[in-house]
Parts: sequence; structure tokens; C-alpha cells
Amino acid sequence: METAYLIETVIKIVVILLVFSALAGIGTYFERKVLAFMQRRLGPMNVGPYGMLQFGADAIKLFTKEDIVPTNVVGPIFKIAPVITAATAFIAAAAIPFLPSFTLFGYEVNPIVSDINIGILYILGVMGIGLYGPLLGGMASANKFSLLSAARSAAVFISYEVVTGLSILAPIMLVGSLSLIDFNNYQIDNGWLIFSQPVAFLLFWIAAFAETGRTPFHLVANDHEIIDGFGTEYSGMRWGLFFIGEYANMFFISFVIPLIFLGGFGDGSVLGAFAFLAKMSFFFFSFLWVRAAWPDVRPDQLMWLCWKVLMPIAVINIIITGVVMMEG
Amino acid sequence: MKNENFNDRNVSDDYFKVDIADYPTTGWGKFKRVIDRTFKIELLVGLWVVLREMFKFNIHTVKYPEEKMPIGPRYRAVHEMKRLWESDTDRCIGCGLCEKICISNCIRIDTKIDENSRKEVSEYSINLGRCIFCGYCAEVCPELAITHGGEYENASDQREHFTMYQDMLTPLDKMKAGKQLEFEGFGAITPHEDERVKKTPLAY
Repeated sequence: METAYLIETVIKIVVILLVFSALAGIGTYFERKVLAFMQRRLGPMNVGPYGMLQFGADAIKLFTKEDIVPTNVVGPIFKIAPVITAATAFIAAAAIPFLPSFTLFGYEVNPIVSDINIGILYILGVMGIGLYGPLLGGMASANKFSLLSAARSAAVFISYEVVTGLSILAPIMLVGSLSLIDFNNYQIDNGWLIFSQPVAFLLFWIAAFAETGRTPFHLVANDHEIIDGFGTEYSGMRWGLFFIGEYANMFFISFVIPLIFLGGFGDGSVLGAFAFLAKMSFFFFSFLWVRAAWPDVRPDQLMWLCWKVLMPIAVINIIITGVVMMEG
Repeated sequence: MKNENFNDRNVSDDYFKVDIADYPTTGWGKFKRVIDRTFKIELLVGLWVVLREMFKFNIHTVKYPEEKMPIGPRYRAVHEMKRLWESDTDRCIGCGLCEKICISNCIRIDTKIDENSRKEVSEYSINLGRCIFCGYCAEVCPELAITHGGEYENASDQREHFTMYQDMLTPLDKMKAGKQLEFEGFGAITPHEDERVKKTPLAY
């Protein structure tokens, strides 16, 4: 392996880590502002101009808060759980192309850490491992609310993951590859996949809300039912790691959806890159938007939705896609 | 007037009943309800409402420390002791009615006879930790001496925050400037009271 490649990869990893850790913080600022505007409030206003430094104040608070490990918890598991959530979110980002390749000082940069040929499978798989954060954290916490949350996260996980996998199968059949770069290139020639696979797009979008644990499916850490669920016993930066993991996941999913269904960054022009970021922003905004508008569902309703409604639709979608491909 | 007129609580005849369909009991009925709800896309209505509010940007936030809501003249916050307009001396005559009527026993008053053989208030304190700001003291006061003010921002390092007489008394400079505000709440003289006063009929 040549040295230039190694250095390039390490730099990319560091940049992604820094950018998305910061974005996770800034994401909370946007979330608070958007929710506030939709509820006719102002949101954070006091720290910095228009409250823009609120994220910094929150970070200082999280970093300097006492790290409490309660008496009866299972120590090592309790300590490793938040790291799992945050780490898997960032590990999943390795196969996501964040921008089209560009030339920097005469050196061609591909803004993807590794274009592996099983890209989408890898992303979904590693994001799936993120489940172990809430699950282990909740079970190790010696807290009944955390335990409930852990049970819910397992139940929710097996429900939505089926829908995610099956809904993505039809586009994969069309493209014939699992790499997100190939998805992008396929859509340059054949048009956006949202037009040929609208059902799969909707299903994947719905499943993304469950995957990131956002509001209509915000059961795992539902404040009004089970306090903060798995996060109840956590404090300081350990809780902050859960938080960063959740928001980083939201950003990465917001990159993946337009890559698969909305043409990604297109042919790689500057315009395409900005369009890609705009699409990503829309999907991130949709997470906040939906949170302001819709109520939460119960765990049994989510399982009903996933198993009895979305999964049959996904299977039918796959069959129809297969038949059409055979005919054509 | 008959009893029915009182029992009929309907203010007007414009009421209409909300059309709520019966809960489906059969599987087919439930399925139909799901299909119905899905394709009416009622969910998007909620999304539209919040988006509309975001772009209208009709914000109702009061930025509290900088902005304050106006409070009414009858607002009952921390007590004030008034002075007489004529002589700038205390209105309080030390009758002790406020101490008697106080239902949370937070007022303590002590009086003595001063050198001019007049009753004088020697000790007067209100335990704000106990006070429930009911306004009875202001209502019962025969001299309109103890009233409620508009100062609602209190902070103290202990729960039993006492307020002494001198702190509640209108400062002399404010009095000299004629800026003492009369309380319009319980027990206060209503506006235009002069016009409504009738002469004592001495004829009989």
C-alpha cells in the first residue's frame, strides 16, 4: 500500500470525524431553531448572535459535567455502550461519498473513505450495530426505564430493519451493484430512481425515521413515557456520545437517501455537488419538520406498521420490479 | 322564569356535533379505515400547518429579562407601605388588623407609645416565605397604608425572606417627587369616589 494513499485516507477520516462531530452539535442548534419557529417561539437567543454559540455552551457543559457511573450498573458495558453508538455512526460513514471527486492542488480527491463494492450493505449493517448502544446501555443501567428502552430498541430494530433491507432490494436489483458510487452513476444515465421506485423511496424514508429513532418512531428514548430511556443514567460526555451518534446518524442517512433515490451528486459538477448538499439538507430538515408536526406512535403500532403494512408492500414492490425487469 | 332556563347551558343554537365514525370491530372494517386514512393523506395537513407557521414567523416570545409583560394595577406582588400625601408621614396607625386577618400568619406588628403619646409602629415585618399574596391585608387596612406593589422579581438566599417596614415604605424622595402610586386593588378607593359620596342626612 503506498504512503500517499494511507495519508490521504487518514486525512479523510479525520476530516469526516471533525466535520460531523461539529455538524452534530450544529444540528442541535438547527433542530431547536426550526422547532421553535414552527411553534411560534424564538429558540435559543442569548448565547452569541441569535443564539448561534448555544452549541458551544452545550459542549462546554457536556465536557465539564461530572461523569457519574451509578452503583449497581454493569460497569464495563455501561461505559462502552455510548462509544458503540457514536463509533458505529462514524464507521458507517466510510462508504458514503459526501461530494463528487474534485481536484485540490493538482491532486484528485475522492471524498469517500473507501469505495467498497458492498457499500450500501456495509452502511446498513454498521448502522444496525449501532443498536447495541441503546440495547447494552439500557440493560446495564440497572434502571427499569432504561431496561424498557432496551427492550423497545430490540423490538423496533427487528421491525424496521426488515423494511429497510427489503425496500432497498428493488433499487439494488435495478442498479446491479451495492456501491453508492455505482448508484450515483446509474442515475446519470437512467434518471432518478425515485421515479422508477417511488414506493421503495417512501418505504426507505419511513424506515430512516425508525433507524435514527426520530419522532414518529421515537420510542427508544421517549421522554414522556420512559424519561430518556437508555440515556436516563448517563451524564456528561457519555450521554453526549449518544447524542453525537444520533445526530451523526441523521446526517449520514440524509446523505444516503438522495444518493440512492434522488440522483446523488449527478455528473460531479459543482452544481451537482451543491444540489446534493441541498437534497441532504432537505432530508435533515424533514427529520425536524416531522418532529414538530406529528405525534409519536406506540411500540405495538410501529411493529404493526412495519410487519403488517410496510413489509408486504416492500415484498410486492420487489416482485413487481422483478417481473418488469424480466419482461424488459 | 322556569328552572329549564337555568339548566339549559347551551349559549346558542349554533352547536354542531362532530362526526365521529364508530370504531371498526371487524378486520375488514379496520383495513378499510387504514386505507381511508392512508390515501386521504391527512398527515400532510399537519406538516403544512407547522411549515406555514414557520414562514409566517409570527413569534410570540417575550424575551423576559429585557422585555416584560405589563402587569395590571391590581396585581398583588410584594407589599408596599404608603405615606400620607399631606404630611409625608406613615399612613400606618398600628391598628394590627392586617396581622389579625393574615391567613398565613406572615405579618408581625409591634407597637409602642411614642414621646408624643401617639401609637407608633415599632416593629413590622412580613415573612415573604409564608405570604400567599392573598391581598386580605390590603383589603382590611382602614388607612390604605399597606398595599400590594408590582415588584415580582424576588431572590433570596433563604426561604424565609423577611421584608421590614422601612424597606416597604415609600422612600421620601419618591414621595417628595409625588410619584407614590396608589394601589387600585382590593380595599382601594374606586375611581370617581368623590362624585359618589353623599352627604350625611342630618335632617333626621
